Amino acid sequence: MHEMSIALGVVDIAEKAFRESGASRIESITLQIGALAGVQLESLYFVWPSAVAGTALEGADRIIESTDGQAVCLECEQPFALKHHFDACPHCNSYFKNIIAGKELNVKSMAFIMDESPQPAPSNN
Amino acid sequence: MCGVCGCGSDAQGPKVALPSEKGHDHHHHEHTHGHDHHHHGHDHHHDHGHHHHHGHDHSHDHGRQAVVELEQNILHRNQLLAERNRGYFAAKNMLAINLVSSPGSGKTSVLERTLREMKDRTDFYVIEGDQQTFNDADRIDAVGVPVVQVNTGQGCHLESDMVQQALQKLKPRDGSLLFIENVGNLVCPAMFDLGENYRVVIISTTEGDDKPIKYPDMFHSAQLCLINKIDLLPYVNFEVEKAMDYARRVNPHIEFLEVSATNGEGMDAWYAWLEARQTENS
Repeated sequence: MHEMSIALGVVDIAEKAFRESGASRIESITLQIGALAGVQLESLYFVWPSAVAGTALEGADRIIESTDGQAVCLECEQPFALKHHFDACPHCNSYFKNIIAGKELNVKSMAFIMDESPQPAPSNN
Repeated sequence: MCGVCGCGSDAQGPKVALPSEKGHDHHHHEHTHGHDHHHHGHDHHHDHGHHHHHGHDHSHDHGRQAVVELEQNILHRNQLLAERNRGYFAAKNMLAINLVSSPGSGKTSVLERTLREMKDRTDFYVIEGDQQTFNDADRIDAVGVPVVQVNTGQGCHLESDMVQQALQKLKPRDGSLLFIENVGNLVCPAMFDLGENYRVVIISTTEGDDKPIKYPDMFHSAQLCLINKIDLLPYVNFEVEKAMDYARRVNPHIEFLEVSATNGEGMDAWYAWLEARQTENS
């Protein structure tokens, strides 16, 4: 279950970016996870609450963009969609391919709330 | 931070120790996290490209929003440390091999025989990764090769910082060959670069010959596949050609060697492969 390591990697990145932002809290985090990245989304959802508890990510919205697998055949040079690493080119049946999409495992972006802290009390003057 | 439960204490994290240090045990304290809610969001599915899964309810916005594009790899930290390990190996002219397989395929047996038969020719060092016990480190220690055991606790794979800590204990000599025996698991170790020069996956004839397509990530990321327990072929339902064909579907560039750590069959070809990689490396 390497998803815990993945979730902790996300927390690591998020906390650093949060500190640098000077924001009051994190509204959302967008992850980009490819279909061939080797991550079981259900497992990630399962470990998420434990990983983010007590961190800047607790309570933040989690948005996951899953990208489909794409490859280019090295024999006939045609692009094709793939669901598994072992899928053959549908045009020429070759297994020689370059995977060009679907291995993504990124924190794509984060949305911060910048100035949510209570307004300072109006001065007497 | 502990890769198992997310706690911050080093004492609760993976343990890295020489065989002489194995008495120094740490307890992994049970603790609970302060909340038990798990929000299952609703998924929006589009017909193309990518899908969005929202995990939590949207909170209400009061302040000004700022969006920061990060595009940062989630395993960034592991990769940075892996690159540092790679630099260490390059500077010391070392060859590092990450040995991966499912439990019981004979990683340690292959290693024992390799070390016994090659140790007069090369300086070897070994990092043993297991969830528990010093058993494997003891086996390597008995061969007379310096070894560090990493017990990952509940962790299912080695990460690059564990290798870095192990290297600090091992203090390998320049020009040596380091074997990193990963935790027996064909899934998780595939994702974690340790800074190795080569990844070698071992399957054995007592397993299914469809392992390469059942666990494609591992075969996709390996350069060499050792097919072990080749001496048992007459007694098992394992077709070598089929296993190779499946592995090539996942990784057309993968090489194969058929070996038996028990009777030594094919091991000379494996030693020749290692020596060729060492020559290339130096």
